[in-house]
Amino acid sequence: MMNLLKKQSSIGVGLLGLTLLLSALFIAYDNKVLWLSVSFVLMTLGGLIYFQTIYGHQLSGIKNNGVWFSALTTRGITGWLLGMGLTAFYIAIYWFPEVLGFNTQGESTGLVAFFDPLSLSLNGSPATQWFMYGTLYTFAIILFGVKFIWKYWGNRYQLFRTLSVVFFQLCFAFLIPEILAKLNPETPYFAKDLKNMWPLNYYFLDEWHLTNMLTGGNLGFFFLVFGLAMIFIGSPILTYFYGKRWYCSWVCGCGGLAETAGDPFRQLSSKKLSVWKLERWMIHAVLVFVTVTTIAAIWSFITQNPELSLISRTQFISGVVVFIIALMLILFFWSKNGLEKDAKYTLISLGSILVLSLCVQGFSGQNNILFLNSYSFQKWYGFGVGAAFSGVLGVGFYPFLGSRVWCRFGCPMAAILGLQQRLFSRFRITTNGGQCISCGNCSAYCEMGIDVRAYAQRGENIVRSSCVGCGICSAVCPRGVLKLENDGLENRINSTPYPLGNAMEVDA
Amino acid sequence: MGKESSNKAIVILGNGVSGITAARHLRKNSALPITVISEESPYFFSRTALMYVYMGHLKFEHTQPYENTFWEQNNIELVQKRVNQLDAEKQLLHFEDGSSLSYDRLVLACGSKPNKLGWLGEDLKAVQGLYHKKDLDSLEAWTDSTQSATVVGGGLIGIELAEMLHSRGKKVHFLVRESSFWNTVLPAEESELINCHIRSHGIELHLSTELKSIQGDANGRVAQVQTSKGATLPCEWVGLAVGVSPNIDFLKGSGLDLGKGIRINRFLETNLPNIYAVGDCAEQLEPLPGRQAVEAVWYTGRIMGETLAQTLTSVKTSYQPGPWFNSAKFFDIDYQTYGQVSPSPDSKKEAQVFWQHPHKNCSLRLSFDPQNLYFKGIVSLGIRLRHEYFDRWLCKPTLMNEVVKTLGQSFFDPEFSPTYQAEIQSKWELKKSSFALNQ
Repeated sequence: MMNLLKKQSSIGVGLLGLTLLLSALFIAYDNKVLWLSVSFVLMTLGGLIYFQTIYGHQLSGIKNNGVWFSALTTRGITGWLLGMGLTAFYIAIYWFPEVLGFNTQGESTGLVAFFDPLSLSLNGSPATQWFMYGTLYTFAIILFGVKFIWKYWGNRYQLFRTLSVVFFQLCFAFLIPEILAKLNPETPYFAKDLKNMWPLNYYFLDEWHLTNMLTGGNLGFFFLVFGLAMIFIGSPILTYFYGKRWYCSWVCGCGGLAETAGDPFRQLSSKKLSVWKLERWMIHAVLVFVTVTTIAAIWSFITQNPELSLISRTQFISGVVVFIIALMLILFFWSKNGLEKDAKYTLISLGSILVLSLCVQGFSGQNNILFLNSYSFQKWYGFGVGAAFSGVLGVGFYPFLGSRVWCRFGCPMAAILGLQQRLFSRFRITTNGGQCISCGNCSAYCEMGIDVRAYAQRGENIVRSSCVGCGICSAVCPRGVLKLENDGLENRINSTPYPLGNAMEVDA
Repeated sequence: MGKESSNKAIVILGNGVSGITAARHLRKNSALPITVISEESPYFFSRTALMYVYMGHLKFEHTQPYENTFWEQNNIELVQKRVNQLDAEKQLLHFEDGSSLSYDRLVLACGSKPNKLGWLGEDLKAVQGLYHKKDLDSLEAWTDSTQSATVVGGGLIGIELAEMLHSRGKKVHFLVRESSFWNTVLPAEESELINCHIRSHGIELHLSTELKSIQGDANGRVAQVQTSKGATLPCEWVGLAVGVSPNIDFLKGSGLDLGKGIRINRFLETNLPNIYAVGDCAEQLEPLPGRQAVEAVWYTGRIMGETLAQTLTSVKTSYQPGPWFNSAKFFDIDYQTYGQVSPSPDSKKEAQVFWQHPHKNCSLRLSFDPQNLYFKGIVSLGIRLRHEYFDRWLCKPTLMNEVVKTLGQSFFDPEFSPTYQAEIQSKWELKKSSFALNQ
């Protein structure tokens, strides 16, 4: 009874903080420092007391009791309310920031202006809707990160992974970029989140962004070189050794929010075979989309800024053609057996079309490449994928479709890392011989919708391009069947006719 | 019987893990007509996962390992009916609804049923076992009107029931006949560790206590139980978990050789032609050395299904499970075992070395042959172990030195977990010195 009271009052305190925050939409507080602080303190306090009442007195272990009885976590009424609220918030941020008080012409008001004191102290300018969003995003990852660590207490993989995700969000995504902006007020804007690589940051190679980096002094040049090095060197090496989890569930901000605030909704991802098919089509389509957009963007940059460009148009086109052909050949011969038939056909036809049109147009000296107007393409990608998919669907729909909708169906970064993880990485989820009892916990709690059990009950290791390595399948397994690990490429999949336990001599 | 022998229709009675594994492997190896009969549920589900449905970790659909379209896609016919009688002469199964089905070869995989020991009041309302899907539905139906529950029987299902009821906020009395939880299987220290863990969750654990009788209220629902120690425990629900026995009553008089279960030879054949039995319902005429005649375990059922599918499609294959293994979870503590570890070893045949973490719920016990120091088996609590390593070490005689040296690598806990290699190694060095003369 005491516990129930404590639980309810902690929710009340948290909601009070949230209400205070939202009241800034309508009330212009004079003492913003005070009320902003009070609001965050109340939300933090409410959250911490709530987490303490639900996990504080429990022994370490799996805490999924009642997940399928709660309206919030099973698309019930509270789930719908939360989903609609989040979606509305995202729609406002992306397309109607003036509702939140953002003013492009002059001083902002409302909720955006409520964050002015914090923004001024960190980056030296008044808050934008993006600063407000970044602050709330980081706050959510930290607060729910605490909850996640509490929930999985005793599992060191979960502890280290969550600390890492919180650290990268707080420092790399939030503090460092803001402070760098304050220290370099005269440089033009470019993204200063070192970990936010292309193609997740889809505008990294857009004309305006390249221009700003190249005219941004040493700092701009550093970010350009570091970004390129991560794409072509850092990321492939890390993915080879650790799988795509080094990024998706240890570093990435989208992953960070999904793993912490999104954790209560992970079981809502669909495990149907048909959805898996849809996923493969969608994620690779987005990857092609972003690649084509980027090639077109670089092309138009080189065409219009020959004095800034480090390479000529001919060099660029030749480079891209050679790169695409080399990549296709490597993919094809490295893993003849690792690719499905449909994947091979898609690869060949898509690659040929790209190379052909690049050659035809590139060497005929046109200003548009791939028959595209790069501006309108970028604009559509920004609207469709950057905002609608990653934001509105990606987070707003947590309570409807699970926490990794964006990562699973839309993230081009996840697609690239996944391709490599599937074909050329030491990472796998090892299945423990014949110990599986087909209970289904692993599949149910896989946020990426992988039917983990289908592999585990056959004694087969899980090597799937979509696996982000969150490790929850292993945590919830009641028979100790699953382990995430890095090992040699030999026998990575370990497909046997029967799970271990037999002494039967059978010709496979 | 004048039947066309070219028709090799296989009928499998039971859609649990044994029957379904047989069906899947039959389909893998052949295009024979396959029919699976079950009254319990239209589709295969994982029986061991029923507890997670009750606790709200899963929905019932999650316990079904294959999508519903799988069976039609693989041309496996499913029949949801109850079989009343087997006519082995005419190769016919008679259903409760009066219809019948003929078979060319019949696989009996009809599972177990919970034991009732003839207690006074055992048929009262809200007194039940947990085996069948219907048992789960019944438990769910009684849940809201239950404040206190009594679980009888200190085995794997008993502790699951205790955990289930506890997860829904019920006061749980857990009656265990033995002086310590599951100590017919677990060695004393492990058993005591689990006793403490059960109690730390707030369960009333009554050791050395049996159920004496159950009393009902005016509506015929259980109101209290009497224990062998003279205590009266008020409760609105009673779970009976004193083991299971083969579900074979409907086969009496069919001509099948029935003992505790359906008697089979090493090829899983019954005494009647074209009839086989696998899983919980089967009783080995000649049990494998060191093994039980009836093993009602998920894994053995699965292996029997895999084996029989070989015999029915290509090569006559005898049942040869590899070294014994099993696993369970006692509330929050993982349990795994490989090979033989006796709760009370014969010192001439088996010696043991035991390590326990000073404050965590972790322990390891390795057993070995005192004559030649070959590794014999392992029991772990709170530590996951790699099946592959222990299978290898048990199939070929392996010296304890070798096993202990690489024990850390055999741990299967999530990355960054400790392996306690040094602690266990030093325990073994100490133990080994007392056997030095024998070597």
